[in-house]
Amino acid sequence: MGLDIRLPLGLLFVVTGGMMAVYGLFTHGSAIYEKSLGIDINLVWGLVLSVFGLTMLLLAYLDRRRAAKAPPVNPASKVPPVTRPRGH
Amino acid sequence: MEAQCKIQICCAVVVYGSSGGTLRGVPRGLIVHTASALAVGLKTNLTAIDWLIMLVYFAFVLGVGFLLKRHMRTSTDFFLAGRALPAWVCGLAFISANLGAQEVIGMGASGAKYGIATSQFYWIGAIPAMVFVGLFMMPFYYGSKARSVPEYLKLRYDEKTRAWNAGSFAIMTVFSSGISMYAMAKLIQVLHIFDGVFIHFGLPLSWIFHFSIFLSAVIVLGYISLGGLTSAIYNEVLQFFLIVAGFMPLVWIGLKNVGGWHGIQRALGPGYTHSWRGMAHASTNPLGTEWYALVFGLGFVLSFGYWCTDFLVIQSAMAAESHLAARRVPLIASIPKMFFPFLVILPGLIAISVPTVTQHMMAQVQTTPALGVARGAATASMTSDASSVPVGRGLIPVKIDPITGRVLTNDKGKPLLDYDLATPNMLLHFFPTGMLGLGLTALLASFMSGMAGNVTAFNTVWTYDIYQSYIHKNGTDQHYLWMGRMATIGGVALSIGAAYFVTSFNNIMDALQLVFSFVNAPLLATFLLGMFWKRTTGHGAFWGLLSGTCAAALHTGLTLPADVSGVGIHGGWIAVLHVYPSTMAQTFWTAIWAFAVCFVMTVGLSLMTKPREEKDLVGLVYSLTPKPAEGHLLWYQRPASLAILVLAMVVVLNLVFL
Repeated sequence: MGLDIRLPLGLLFVVTGGMMAVYGLFTHGSAIYEKSLGIDINLVWGLVLSVFGLTMLLLAYLDRRRAAKAPPVNPASKVPPVTRPRGH
Repeated sequence: MEAQCKIQICCAVVVYGSSGGTLRGVPRGLIVHTASALAVGLKTNLTAIDWLIMLVYFAFVLGVGFLLKRHMRTSTDFFLAGRALPAWVCGLAFISANLGAQEVIGMGASGAKYGIATSQFYWIGAIPAMVFVGLFMMPFYYGSKARSVPEYLKLRYDEKTRAWNAGSFAIMTVFSSGISMYAMAKLIQVLHIFDGVFIHFGLPLSWIFHFSIFLSAVIVLGYISLGGLTSAIYNEVLQFFLIVAGFMPLVWIGLKNVGGWHGIQRALGPGYTHSWRGMAHASTNPLGTEWYALVFGLGFVLSFGYWCTDFLVIQSAMAAESHLAARRVPLIASIPKMFFPFLVILPGLIAISVPTVTQHMMAQVQTTPALGVARGAATASMTSDASSVPVGRGLIPVKIDPITGRVLTNDKGKPLLDYDLATPNMLLHFFPTGMLGLGLTALLASFMSGMAGNVTAFNTVWTYDIYQSYIHKNGTDQHYLWMGRMATIGGVALSIGAAYFVTSFNNIMDALQLVFSFVNAPLLATFLLGMFWKRTTGHGAFWGLLSGTCAAALHTGLTLPADVSGVGIHGGWIAVLHVYPSTMAQTFWTAIWAFAVCFVMTVGLSLMTKPREEKDLVGLVYSLTPKPAEGHLLWYQRPASLAILVLAMVVVLNLVFL
């Protein structure tokens, strides 16, 4: 399928995580964190989500680069999985 | 299994206020809310950051649909995602389709009610079946080139078996998606998510229910009609990660608050923290069932019947890029699935163990003098003591009659608890603004994934198994692609109808889910015999299915669970020959009876009717199909190795929580 799911997935988490982290930075030490037992959960979790998002983007990028480097291999390697089931 | 478990416990969220009278005019959810919900006094105070997180998510959901639109050229692209998706993507969609909010909320509710024994629904009720479908059944679904589960029945058996399955399945998906929609609208009302916005724009709060239904319909319709199954699967992957991202911190902070797992053990005792304790007798465990009914009823009939035959989940495996990938899909899915209890059940356990209420909570405790009900849930009593003021337990408030505002009690005068609020109250209790937006988005996402899976299953079965088979046979591929989009619109419209239908009739939901369970219960026997016994005939399968369904109805009509108030929809409407200790036990035995009757009838009738020629069954029956070539794979790439790993992990999990 033309769209690598890791791109929207990574982007969603980078954007959401980024927003949370920035918000957490600005509200650091605020009374709203009494709920989360004093942990600035927006900052911490926002960073975790951003790292996850970046990892996804990186994986998608590496895959795309690999595919671009070796164009003839890709279609050839795709043929057997498609036709194999017909044998059964 | 979850399908059945929803029938028993998980749909509870849907039934908010279903004991109430008038539904029109004043939406029930509002009455319910003012009367009971969040009796802890928690208010959903959303700020700009929460809204922004929600908006970003919805923009992505629709954006994925738009990006995929140009790839939708043929009906195969639309209905089967072009059969080109990697196994891990399909695997996450495989469990996401099942991970509706009814599960997220229902599992939290039963975690609070039954304890860690609820994980049986995963470790016994899902994993073995997922391993089985991957190893043994997927070769036939994928290899036969059937485009849907009913179409497999047509290839293996005959037209009437397919017609019965396709028809009943189409009706069920519409209602399931309608129920999801209804539950979501209800939850949005109860959590006051849109209240601020409506007040700001001067709109009546009674519109929130309609607005929520409309909004979810438009979003799901948008992304599915644009990108078909691919869009649904991609969004299910986003939803999967979002649910994990939204619930993991909840468990983290919750556990920290109650002193970790040991804190829960101390607070709740061994009955809550061991999954197998007391399983020898129905009377000594919270589920009210013996181990053999659990293993055979839940672990075999219900669970295999759901995971191995329900097109709702199978469709994502059928979208995989290769035969091997399709077999890996359920196996990959089973790994996160086995850890889901920690994400969805644990919040329920934490909710009842929360020892003390913080100052901040106390400050928010409110009373509603108009109703004269003490909102004592925040007082977190550790034992359900019989003090004069009815209190909840931990974060779980007492259940309150939506009409009278009185606390509902059981026969012994003990107040009932509103377990469905366990997970939502956890979110509101522990999450500050920002994180709360993410948590609520995760909750909304889970509702949508449940709906979307039903809608894509409906449009495929409608277009291929009903429209193409009986209404318009020789259309062009473009025509069926067009029909698929129309069916999506039709399916969503019907779901809206179903949502309002459910809203209008109090007990209709229970009745519907009972009928669904009758139809589903015998299916497993039909598929197992079809795939593994070449002698099975179409006549045997069809009449076997019907008699299994009748057996399920008869069994329910002749028995009664002890935990319901008298003869009624839950059983005994013919006569009461046997009383089961719990509704769950009755459900398990109904399934066992339906399976057994269908099995025996199918075998008997097959032996009396003419079998099909063996050459017609190649690729459809185990003994006549060449085994998938795995010689070129390394040991760790083979599905069987993955299956052994998965099963070993489940055994370890069971031992840890024995």
